[in-house]
Amino acid sequence: MEYSIKAENLTKKFGNFIAVNEITFDVKKGEIFGFLGANGAGKSTAIRMLCGLLKPTSGFATVAGFDVFKDTEKIKRRIGYMSQKFSLYDDLTILENIQFYGGIYGLSKKQILEKSNILIDKLKLGDIKNELIASLPLGWKQKLAFSVAIIHEPEIVFLDEPTGGVDPITRRQFWELIYETAAQGITVFVTTHYMDEAEYCNRISIMTAGVIEAMGSPSELKKKYNSDSIDDVFVKIARG
Amino acid sequence: MYSIIAKNISKKYKKVTALDDISFKVESGKIFGLIGPDGAGKTTLIRILATLILQDSGTATVENLDNVKDFKKLRDIIGYMPGKFSLYQDLTVEENINLFATIFGTSLKENYDLVKDIYSHIEPFKDRRAGKLSGGMKQKLALSCALIHKPKVLFLDEPTTGVDPVSRKELWAMLKKLAQFGITILVSTPYMDEASLCDEIGLIQGGKLLAVEKPSKITENFSKKLYAIKHSNPHKVITTLRGYEFCENIYPFGETLHYIDKLENFKENDILNYLEKNGVESASIEPIKATIEDCFIDLMVGGR
Repeated sequence: MEYSIKAENLTKKFGNFIAVNEITFDVKKGEIFGFLGANGAGKSTAIRMLCGLLKPTSGFATVAGFDVFKDTEKIKRRIGYMSQKFSLYDDLTILENIQFYGGIYGLSKKQILEKSNILIDKLKLGDIKNELIASLPLGWKQKLAFSVAIIHEPEIVFLDEPTGGVDPITRRQFWELIYETAAQGITVFVTTHYMDEAEYCNRISIMTAGVIEAMGSPSELKKKYNSDSIDDVFVKIARG
Repeated sequence: MYSIIAKNISKKYKKVTALDDISFKVESGKIFGLIGPDGAGKTTLIRILATLILQDSGTATVENLDNVKDFKKLRDIIGYMPGKFSLYQDLTVEENINLFATIFGTSLKENYDLVKDIYSHIEPFKDRRAGKLSGGMKQKLALSCALIHKPKVLFLDEPTTGVDPVSRKELWAMLKKLAQFGITILVSTPYMDEASLCDEIGLIQGGKLLAVEKPSKITENFSKKLYAIKHSNPHKVITTLRGYEFCENIYPFGETLHYIDKLENFKENDILNYLEKNGVESASIEPIKATIEDCFIDLMVGGR
């Protein structure tokens, strides 16, 4: 079995405060993994360590096979990142955004040209590729933001609350895109506090106060906590 | 007895139609949920009813007061909590409450009974500045301020967006209690799963009301047979069934895929056989009841 993430007793302290307290988990290649927790549970700190942006205090972890203590630059080249709040530049056109991200993720000019054409064809944006991002509907922005986050074919892509606020049809088109990506072998790591987004993941973990409190497939957790939704599971765990 | 009556409300911003011929009524003391995605027109509709912007056409009354002619009287009897936290960050909890009470010519003491359940959670922090409160506490303060003058009607614009599941549950419990005081509540939300907590809901999309009904009625009215298909590779199942001649619709839904067949007398085995013939083995299928989200999708497809 190949793993995109392996973490053992991963810990981060800020002074006396333990933000992440010995978390242990792994994510298989091509898996869609949901990383849940309330605000302040330690989610962001954990993700920043996994993305090579923050040095852990102790423990061990690899992302895409690279050590989060030593190989942070290599990790950054093998991951993609998309957040609902910040992803594309409104003042650049669709094509400019694709080229910009291609450059950021280290593609050559030739690769950028090839990739832009494929992407614009796939998302059927040919007629409007020279229009500003600001003019695109939210659903299209999300699909484009996701596509540029995997333009360099990363090992793993981190998604932060990817589908909040869109209509149910657009939302499902987005999940189809995620399923397709996972089927191609790219691991998808979703962080969210929209519990119904969690139901689409293969496996999820729920964090409270720096600790992973529960982990399993959505149906396993619903069974274990005798609940009919992940929302309900979360409330039961959070209330202790 | 109706507390809110909207008739043929339309509103455009330049070329964009924000609301298109919206009509609905809300009975006194009921919770009405306005459910739809970002950009559906929820905020525009609430702001029109709360007399903050004018409609281009149509009429609206709240407690028999016209939202245009009687706007001053109307403002006295409504409470409004906008989607964005809009209290004074540099004033303390207590100062904010007193400010709102004074504006409406009342005091915290006078209406303490009504806000007690909510305000008591934040009262221990009454000397803290509003800007320093946590998200859940900010929301309780905003709700207390919107209630301080004992309004007859309460407008809440997306109070549960970005709020964790525990705080969401608390908020809905508070709204139920307020409705028992006889307050009419119009609440907007993008979360379909909150529909069942309302007495009646309006599904809104692209400025149009797709349906106005009791939540249970909307799901009962779903006329098609719906099935849930489970398989470890959803992507393969979707692409395979999209090529099946009797597939009307298939889409991801949590851990399963929801499937609607074109044939009235179709058999579950037809699907499993078709999948197996195309290399998808050990899928399972079972009939299920439609959720509000399935109904929303169906109404959106029908409207296209």
